[in-house]
Amino acid sequence: MEFFLIIISAIFVNNILLAQFLGICPFLGVSNKLSTAVGMSGAVCFVITLATVVTYLINSYLLVPFGLEFLQTIAFILVIAALVQTVEIVLKKTSPSLYQALGIFLPLITTNCAVLGVAITVVTKQFTFGGEAHMLNLGQAAVYALSTSVGYGLAMILFAGLREHLAQNDVPESFRGLPIALVTVSIMAMAFLGFSGMV
Amino acid sequence: MSKWSLITKGLIKDNPTFVLVLGMCPTLATTTSAMNGLEMGLATLFVLVLSNIAISLIAPVVPDKVHIPVYIVVIATFVTVLQLLMQAYVPYVYATLGLFIPLIVVNCIVLGRAEAYANRHCVLDSALDGIGIGIGFTLSLTVIGIVREILGNGSIFGCKFIPGDGILAFVMAPGAFMVLGYLMVLFNKYLKKQ
Repeated sequence: MEFFLIIISAIFVNNILLAQFLGICPFLGVSNKLSTAVGMSGAVCFVITLATVVTYLINSYLLVPFGLEFLQTIAFILVIAALVQTVEIVLKKTSPSLYQALGIFLPLITTNCAVLGVAITVVTKQFTFGGEAHMLNLGQAAVYALSTSVGYGLAMILFAGLREHLAQNDVPESFRGLPIALVTVSIMAMAFLGFSGMV
Repeated sequence: MSKWSLITKGLIKDNPTFVLVLGMCPTLATTTSAMNGLEMGLATLFVLVLSNIAISLIAPVVPDKVHIPVYIVVIATFVTVLQLLMQAYVPYVYATLGLFIPLIVVNCIVLGRAEAYANRHCVLDSALDGIGIGIGFTLSLTVIGIVREILGNGSIFGCKFIPGDGILAFVMAPGAFMVLGYLMVLFNKYLKKQ
């Protein structure tokens, strides 16, 4: 039951893009075309889940025992950068087709604040899912990261679909490009606001 | 370019929010009130100036292949310093801004200025560039914060002048996107052409 609540909460109620404002730059940057949005979402999903598990382990077995929590920011960003690089190299060797699909998006992910944001959130924030507030354990953290990134993908792909239609419309000159996109996101965020209070 | 124009270019010509469209996450998330926007802007200004200075000093000796990781570590160091300082002296501000203080590390404005400006200019110019862009960012965030606070709460910097509740949506997520979108329209229409 608790896993179910985590999944619903992370995908819909606290959607990472539309309610928490993490990872907005790539969201606005690559949502022009549906196909690139799908590629980016796949890469983000993969990296967020992996990075959260690795940083969770590093935090609980390396930083906390030695009292080094103040190094979290530096340690996590280095781990994420190294991880993204490793994933890129491994994919290039083992699965060239997947590398072709995700390739150009991987380097961009290091500076996607959603990755660092989720990694820091799971080790610092207490969650309440039905019961009393508590820190997430490793399994819950992994599920939280995976469902958060599914929420990222969902919002991104929905928005890319909308934006492809926007491009064909006659938009007033000062609204062209980002402003009209932001107003569209705002209306999408209103729709997602309807989920609040569910969990 | 004169020293003065280094500072003023961040306001209109190279405005980080409305022209360069960088650092959108803190821009949207922390501008629920004018004060929060101002505080977030100042926190970013602090990191931006110090990292610009440090990077312009070390840039000549950093090998080209590893320059991005090195810059990120430098920026992360200053962010950690800022975190510790804020926890010690202004803990309530740190609590409001929360996650977005450590996330200054991945704010594209900071790495962007290091990469585009500080690594090939002298220390003084880099510091002034950091101040200019930082002030531009702070002002943009404050303006967005003021608009959202007036519409959402009927107040400016906490001084209530419209009785009643205000439009709650402007304090929540949809309002952030909408206010930024419409301010960008006004900026494009009246300021960008000059």
